[in-house]
Amino acid sequence: MKFDCLVWLIPALPLAAFAVNIFFGKTTGEKAGWIAVAASLLSCVIGLALCAQVWGGKVFAASMPWFDAGESAMRFGYLIDPLAATLLFVVLVVGTLIQIYSVGYMHGDARYPRFFAYISLFMTAMLTLVISDNYLLFFIAWEIMGLCSYLLIGYWFEKNSAADASLKAFLTTRIGDVGFFLGILTLFHITGTLGFSDMLRVLDPQTNSAIFQHPLLPVAALLIFCGTIGKSAQFPLHVWLPDAMEGPTSVSALIHAATMVAAGVYLLARSFTVFMYFPTVLLIVTVIGTLTALMAAFIALTQTDIKRVLAYSTISQLGFMVAAIGLGSPAAAIFHLMTHAFFKALLFLGAGSVIHGTGTQDLRELGGLFGKMKSTAMTFLIGSLAIAGVPPLAGFWSKDEILLGAFMESRWIYLALSTAAFMTAFYMFRLVFLTFFGKPRNTHIHAHESPAVMTLPLWALAAGSLLIGLPGSVWMHHTFQSFLHLGHHAESAAAGMVMNVSIAVGLAGILLAFLFYVLAPAIPAFLGRILKPFYLLSQNKLYFDELYSAIAVRPFNQLADSVLFWFDKNVVDGLVNFAGIFTGFVSAMVRRLQTGLVQNYLLILFAGVLCLLYFEGR
Amino acid sequence: MQNHLLSWIVFTPLIGALAVVLTPKPETGRIKWIALAAAALTGVFTLAAFLRFDKALSGFQLVEKTLWIPPLNVHYFLGTDGISLPMIVLTALVSILACIASFGIKEREKEYYALFLLLETGMLGTFLALDLLVFYVFWEVVLIPMYFLIGIWGGARKEYAALKFFLYTLAGSLFMLIGILALYFKSMPHTFDLTQINPAAFTLKFQKALFFTFFLGFAVKVPIWPFHTWLPDAHVEAPTPISVILAGVLLKMGTYGFLRFSYPLAPDAAAKFAPFMAVLALIGIIYGGFVALAQKDFKKMVAYSSVSHMGFVILGLAALNSAGFSGAMLQMFNHGIITSGLFLLVGVLYDRAHTRDMTAFGGLAAQLPLYSGILIFFSMASLGLPGLAGFISEFLVLIGGFEYNRLAAGLASIGIFLAAAYLLLMVRRVLFGPANLKWQGLAEINRRELVTLVPLMILIVLFGIFPQLILDYMTPTLDSLLTHMEGIFA
Repeated sequence: MKFDCLVWLIPALPLAAFAVNIFFGKTTGEKAGWIAVAASLLSCVIGLALCAQVWGGKVFAASMPWFDAGESAMRFGYLIDPLAATLLFVVLVVGTLIQIYSVGYMHGDARYPRFFAYISLFMTAMLTLVISDNYLLFFIAWEIMGLCSYLLIGYWFEKNSAADASLKAFLTTRIGDVGFFLGILTLFHITGTLGFSDMLRVLDPQTNSAIFQHPLLPVAALLIFCGTIGKSAQFPLHVWLPDAMEGPTSVSALIHAATMVAAGVYLLARSFTVFMYFPTVLLIVTVIGTLTALMAAFIALTQTDIKRVLAYSTISQLGFMVAAIGLGSPAAAIFHLMTHAFFKALLFLGAGSVIHGTGTQDLRELGGLFGKMKSTAMTFLIGSLAIAGVPPLAGFWSKDEILLGAFMESRWIYLALSTAAFMTAFYMFRLVFLTFFGKPRNTHIHAHESPAVMTLPLWALAAGSLLIGLPGSVWMHHTFQSFLHLGHHAESAAAGMVMNVSIAVGLAGILLAFLFYVLAPAIPAFLGRILKPFYLLSQNKLYFDELYSAIAVRPFNQLADSVLFWFDKNVVDGLVNFAGIFTGFVSAMVRRLQTGLVQNYLLILFAGVLCLLYFEGR
Repeated sequence: MQNHLLSWIVFTPLIGALAVVLTPKPETGRIKWIALAAAALTGVFTLAAFLRFDKALSGFQLVEKTLWIPPLNVHYFLGTDGISLPMIVLTALVSILACIASFGIKEREKEYYALFLLLETGMLGTFLALDLLVFYVFWEVVLIPMYFLIGIWGGARKEYAALKFFLYTLAGSLFMLIGILALYFKSMPHTFDLTQINPAAFTLKFQKALFFTFFLGFAVKVPIWPFHTWLPDAHVEAPTPISVILAGVLLKMGTYGFLRFSYPLAPDAAAKFAPFMAVLALIGIIYGGFVALAQKDFKKMVAYSSVSHMGFVILGLAALNSAGFSGAMLQMFNHGIITSGLFLLVGVLYDRAHTRDMTAFGGLAAQLPLYSGILIFFSMASLGLPGLAGFISEFLVLIGGFEYNRLAAGLASIGIFLAAAYLLLMVRRVLFGPANLKWQGLAEINRRELVTLVPLMILIVLFGIFPQLILDYMTPTLDSLLTHMEGIFA
């Protein structure tokens, strides 16, 4: 019971910070940032203590009745198993570091307390999601994260682009969320429970094989996957995430790179029991993930906005994780989720530092920053090496796990993911070279290094990007994967070969970027000319926005506007008005009968009598 | 007084109305406070009833019964249970808030507040009457003050809207009167007493006819598609507090009627007509959502959103199961508190800008941060954001709907998406974007307006997180209704 309260304190502390900053923002003012950080640090202390215990083999779980849903009761509770503990660790550490960084990054903003209020609310929701023990609480937290994402993307709502981006983000993810919600209902209908542990018990092929014959079970799995497609920006609902970059950069780092968008992968890992017995469903998951990884990497090749490159990179990396789930290795997916959270948060914060120091995020204006922003440049380089898959940095180990899983399942998927990995190394080092090396392309920019409150979190994340992969590496005998307990770890004779290829692929991407953007800068322009169709496709993001506007958004609005509203005004209401007019008309006619002339009445009476006699006589 | 608590609830507003009538016309200040005192006192009595209500029981409580018209065997018969109690609490609450919101009304206050209080008596009586004729009287009593409140204090096309509302509802309720009379003559001995009528004696044919006549009366009120077109007109023309009453309470009289009369009196017909109700509910949910999306007028948008949200209530009723019924009841209450808030917010803006054209605004979030925060809060509640009240009721309705028919639940979820679309588009148009210089002089929401909104916000959060607080009161009655209906199913 004592521990109960402690667990709930983890999300409650940020919630308190939210309440303070939203209701007393005028009073907290400059202190708002540190209030949020303090709450987060306290949660971090409690959470990490719990994580340590879970690492030692404990599992924390408790629940209580919540409300009645017809004949069954909904419960409210937490479950901190290795999977949840991993996410808890990531969210608390990365989240706290990003909030410290934000204190510097958002300094001087007009709505400073509001920013930290939203961030704290987000932390509350994300932490609740991670520790929740059932789908309903999970979904509630999931949607509140969506609200925070919406509010933070539209944080600078005076800009039309930001206001549009927030609307787009909410509605696009809402499509996935409606699917997810229906998935929850379907699952509840089939299993009679929404608890994660109960679900494991019910969906056990040994004791209850009949339930797997239920025709709706694979449908439920696919519907749940819709939630991931929306939240984790998978094809075909990926279009909102690049636009979400309209939000402040630290938001992009926290919500749109490290934590919230990864929640979709966490959902799949949590629900893996629902997926694992349906090969077709797993295949769909794999294909969507792989397609997303490849497509987003292709788009990232030519983007000129630092944050957009990173956004597409995030989509691509999430694709890797989703593919890993589909390939039957959720442990690899969660491993990559963890390493990605560190290096991608680092890269975004680095990008934020560049924007802070130069005032621009356009690659065409940057260049030669290495000397002026040493800390930012060094840490960004570490992050880039990590994502490019250079050993022994974090990204190498986790990506290698995914590639190994792919290699054993399907050569085609392996080939596609390796290509995506190659492109990753290339576009990341294109970014590095264009930003930090060469000569400044815009001489009016006087870059300066960011304050320590921003660079220290960068170094902390850089340390994470260097080290966090080690517990999952061969060097440490995949301790992390065994800890996760998500099915056995794949051992294969091909492991060494796959590892060598993946090192080669990463280095090749880096070298090619070096060739293109340092040694011979004429090559990219030349290639852009001769491969113009491809160049345009990539630069215009495969024209998804234009396509959706034509086939979905506009027809949707027209249906509302020109069809149904017209129908309502003219047909439905027209009938009502017609009934009124008709009544008026009839009464006007009938009134003519009331002439007041006795002879007329007598005439009608006489006619009536004649009629009666006639009919009686027949 | 202990034994006449329900009578006090029903007639305190009427006494207040008389007091208003007896106050000299120029003393508008006193009139306002008398009206608010009457509404508040009604609230106190309602609270007393709420506290004395035993939530574990399913039958009628706090019953009052006296013979009223002996030759016709009409009883003055009041009582409350888990279906009507939430409704009178809602009515008392929304009436107090609407009364405070009425303080902005500056013409013919005396008549306004007298009619307003008469309206409250009518609504409370409708929810508490257990004799069909008494019910019918209260039902019609609601109509008359409403007609004048829209017709005198309304907007540009107030006469059209008021007349349309009046005739439409009256036409529907005349069919209901036929049903009531048929029940009277069919029952042996002849009675209007709801608890004395035994539906087990009715043939299916009679039940169907009965259900149909009541349906016409209630469907117009809810409103169920395609009987909804009076609603946007009435809302657009009505003054803000009357829109609040209309959306917050009046629409629930229709769905309440189904639960109180149609379902227990014609259970077989209810089961037979369930698919028909479900289809109309789904059309209402999706069609209402689409048409709301097409609106430029803020108030009309909220009006059409009501068509969509009330569709969920009907879907829950059609599901004829425990989750569906709880969801429907809860949705009635939640829609009442959420939509009241939205109409109050539309009013706040309209009072200042004198337009409701959403496209004319923009960028208000920078200028009116508090107003904007509250508007976003209510929008989120209305679009069913989990953690707020509306979500739980939609969740329960969909669980019940899924049990009843998978496709129905699937189609209804389109409405959930549409709600997000039309509400956030409104937020985008009104609050976000570059500041519009035209509205620079707009003042932030004031304290009186906050007083009307904050209680609703507290309830929305409270019931979003602890729905059992209110479900506890409803479920015993709803479960016994289901048992009663199943007992009669042949």
